[in-house]
Amino acid sequence: MTLDINKIRKDFPILQEKVHGKDLVYFDNAATTQKPTQVIDEMVKYYYKYNSNIHRGVHYLSNKSTDGNENARKIVQNFINAEHLHEIIFTRGTTESVNLVANSFAERYIGEGDEVIVSELEHHSNIVPWQLVCEKKKAVLKVLPFNDKGELLLDELDELITDRTKIVAVNHISNSLGTINPIQKIIDIAHARGVKVLVDAAQSVQHLKIDVQEWDVDFLVFSGHKLYGPTGIGVLYGKEDLLNEMPPWQGGGEMIKEVRFSGTTYNELPFKFEAGTPNYIDAIGLGAAIEYVENIGLENIDAYEQELLAYATEKLSSIDGLKIYGTAEHKTSVISFLVDGIHFYDMGMLLDQMGIAVRTGTHCTEPIMQHFGIDGTVRASFSFYNTKEEIDALYNGILKVCKMFVH
Amino acid sequence: MTINEIQEEIIEEFAGFEDWMDKYAYLIELGTDLQGLDEKHQTDQNLIKGCQSKVWFNASLEDGKVKLEADSDAIIVKGIAALLIRVFNNQTPEDIMNADLNFIDEIGLKQHLSPTRSNGLVSMVKQIKMYGIAFNHVK
Ligand SMILES: Cc1ncc(COP(=O)(O)O)c(C=O)c1O
Repeated sequence: MTLDINKIRKDFPILQEKVHGKDLVYFDNAATTQKPTQVIDEMVKYYYKYNSNIHRGVHYLSNKSTDGNENARKIVQNFINAEHLHEIIFTRGTTESVNLVANSFAERYIGEGDEVIVSELEHHSNIVPWQLVCEKKKAVLKVLPFNDKGELLLDELDELITDRTKIVAVNHISNSLGTINPIQKIIDIAHARGVKVLVDAAQSVQHLKIDVQEWDVDFLVFSGHKLYGPTGIGVLYGKEDLLNEMPPWQGGGEMIKEVRFSGTTYNELPFKFEAGTPNYIDAIGLGAAIEYVENIGLENIDAYEQELLAYATEKLSSIDGLKIYGTAEHKTSVISFLVDGIHFYDMGMLLDQMGIAVRTGTHCTEPIMQHFGIDGTVRASFSFYNTKEEIDALYNGILKVCKMFVH
Repeated sequence: MTINEIQEEIIEEFAGFEDWMDKYAYLIELGTDLQGLDEKHQTDQNLIKGCQSKVWFNASLEDGKVKLEADSDAIIVKGIAALLIRVFNNQTPEDIMNADLNFIDEIGLKQHLSPTRSNGLVSMVKQIKMYGIAFNHVK
């Protein structure tokens, strides 16, 4: 099926905006995606008509909001094909999901001298929480490196794993380079050695269909706002038996069964890990976003975005002095680049003047920048609402900047 | 010239630019022309934190006047630094402390002024004012 991009673009009000008097070209989708009216309207509807704190309410509104929240959980369950509804835990986002797992998993399973493996391709939010718990538990953090194309050195994983290794935490897709990592192989290698795996899917749920049962992954984390949903809502999927064995992370309302000063007992999954008033309106928004994406179809989205990526890669590569960072064989629609003699910040600032939104800097992946010996890149990331005409605008914009720099 | 006279001069210069391209081309020119800093002054101490690009300011006091030098790895940022040097170089610590900067607003660089903006114009101005305060104290 070919997508009707003009029709799709009408779903995203912000794409009609002007920036510095120019048509907005939004190429910062890896940082956050824009929201369709279907998502915004659903959330507004709940605020206008049904808002009420969820769970245990006796009244009509509370039941409406509770149903909305639990329906969203169901949508997420189907979206990633989790076996059980209670394996879906709502969090604030990827970062909070990783912190939850790192802390709670470590509390139960990690001791002095044990090991955690992350990759050199990780976002800081899948590095720092592990560093913190490793420090606390006197455990060791090990790093799986990547090659100059931005591909993980899979062969080294088996050697890195020892009988002290407890978990491998790795992203499915790199936010800086776009590399799609061979998750199934990583999981198979780890599981063969009895090691658990957490997959950071922050950059992949919006591009590729994920089936947690097929992968047999132990934990999967992602954010709503990169999936055309609202900010402030994210997901932690965990296998039932692990989540049951792991202790609660935060204490408060909702997560308890009985509170006594002589000792408190905890609620069952998923509520054990959802302390306090949940962010139910954003959960409902996330549900609407997933339905929107599924209506268009992830396969169609991926096919079109690959087309954009191929088109942009070819065009940008033809620019003198432009170097693309991240040239893995399997990539999503992310292009990180630098132009000889032009600082990424100058490039970003000038493109902004032309209405083109890109991201500049380290993209929260300083180890990747260190690998390449650079301070940062310009990153253009494409979504299914982008067009080839917009890529032409980026191409022409870069040429214009280059011209400003030759005097 | 006083700080205010220099600011007026800059505002007038920028008023002549027709569009953003001219303005930024001028900043690029200023950045290119600004004599950088010796590597020995590109120290962590002179580095202004919180910028996506690296910016260094070095200051010294000579005959009661503050001498400023700056460098950056990003040319536009260096161009902005050049403007700040033009305004503040060779002024007394007291005048620097008390200066009321309006030219940044007037020449349309205000969008770079908010404290969280990554080019750290705010941090640069703060740093220069700190030098003013410190030298005033020494004096
Ligand atoms: C790969 C990856 N992991 C984690 C994160 C953190 O996501 P969030 O800031 O939504 O918690 C991001 C987002 O920038 C990301 O791209």
